[in-house]
Amino acid sequence: MMHSCRPRYTQRLLAGLLVSALLTGGSLLVGCSPVQPWVKPYEREHLADPIMSFDRNPISSGYLDHVFETREGARGATGSVGGGCGCN
Amino acid sequence: MHLRSRWLAATAFGLGAVGRADVLPEDRTDVLYHRYEGGGLTVQGPSVLVRKKFGDSFSASYQYYEDLISSASIDVLSTASAYKEKRTQHDLNLNYLHGSTLYSAGFIYSKEPDYKSNTGFLSVSQSMFGDLTTISFGYSQGWDTVGEVDHGVVVQSFNNGIGHANANHRTWSAGVSQVITRDLLLGLNFEADENDGYLQSPYRPVRFVDPFSIKGYSFGLAVAPSTRTGTAGSAQLKYYLPWHAAVDGSYRLYGDTWGILANTVKFGYTQPLFTDWTLEASARYYWQSHANFYSDLYPYEDSQNFTSRDRELAQFHSLTLGLGASWEFHPGWPHWVDKGTLNFNYNRLHINYQDFHDNLIPSLVPGDEPLYTLDANIMQFFLSFWY
Repeated sequence: MMHSCRPRYTQRLLAGLLVSALLTGGSLLVGCSPVQPWVKPYEREHLADPIMSFDRNPISSGYLDHVFETREGARGATGSVGGGCGCN
Repeated sequence: MHLRSRWLAATAFGLGAVGRADVLPEDRTDVLYHRYEGGGLTVQGPSVLVRKKFGDSFSASYQYYEDLISSASIDVLSTASAYKEKRTQHDLNLNYLHGSTLYSAGFIYSKEPDYKSNTGFLSVSQSMFGDLTTISFGYSQGWDTVGEVDHGVVVQSFNNGIGHANANHRTWSAGVSQVITRDLLLGLNFEADENDGYLQSPYRPVRFVDPFSIKGYSFGLAVAPSTRTGTAGSAQLKYYLPWHAAVDGSYRLYGDTWGILANTVKFGYTQPLFTDWTLEASARYYWQSHANFYSDLYPYEDSQNFTSRDRELAQFHSLTLGLGASWEFHPGWPHWVDKGTLNFNYNRLHINYQDFHDNLIPSLVPGDEPLYTLDANIMQFFLSFWY
């Protein structure tokens, strides 16, 4: 016998978050006036530093995501490469 | 006895949180050796990733990845004998930049003796608001063929005599990368996946009480639902520290129709040292609840419609601690190489299963065995070149 699906509320929450994000983004996109960048190009020295990259070495982060994904029930939204084998 | 593959997730979806849509990926080549050792399993092998721009608008990348597996894990030893095998994977990714929009498409092919996987993906990213914001959307679709191999021989009786089974996967993703201040970045990712077909491992049988067995239990076939839908949402922050260092944190929430609810929290610290060294440290905590139909020991055979003793579906929590070091050098030859880095990463993984018992340890009463724990060492050594 299969029980009821417990995480439906989680999915509703995630779906709600997505809809809210899209609505917020949409309002910005159709806003009345162009948005002025609040961080000017000449103020982005720190952001341009390689240590500020979310994924400095994709081949390495992709491998680690692969290791976790093959051992865990969760997947996705890691912002990196996935895939691979699941090891017995 | 061989492996079970997992479907290939969408490679392009990383653009959501980490990419910029107004530039093509940088030209670089990475050559990596990886090694995982823990729980009676050793997986090691090489990987090569090459990225190259063609003109101002096109770039392509190709990655080769190989797993050489030697397994005597608890799953294998419970019902069979140790084995060795190889898995290979090929990824091809094409990018086209038009203004502030980056279009990507690609294909991933993975092959091992009992599992073949094909995945195609498309994604688009757009920079806006003075390049402070990047949004991205992606879609991927996968077609897998699952089989069973026993001592190197394909099991013809698998899947009621058909010899193989199919599994299909579809994934949708959306992401936002946002500059908050001159020192703070935010990344948001959302992903939904839908799967149908044969979604279980043929090598992970269920365990049920059997009074006629000497051990008090026997193993039988698992039966998982033929559909599974999951959603995941994550947020990442990265902050530049005044002494030229960076700290980052992320949280992910996952839920699916099998009843798994999972939380992932990760922190990292990056510290450049002298002029050519970069050191990294990270900690990752993961917790998940078990699938609704999962059990370590069923009261009798076929006691439920759906059954599984796959420990990926068990309740557990894990902690991973990582350290990394990178050394940058400028070789001067060949002249087209701008710089290179030599990198070493080490991670220690510890998993505490909360409803998966170590049945290899004898017990008078089935199900009274100690809970299973897993410790693993994960190493990566790689060389990178920019040109």
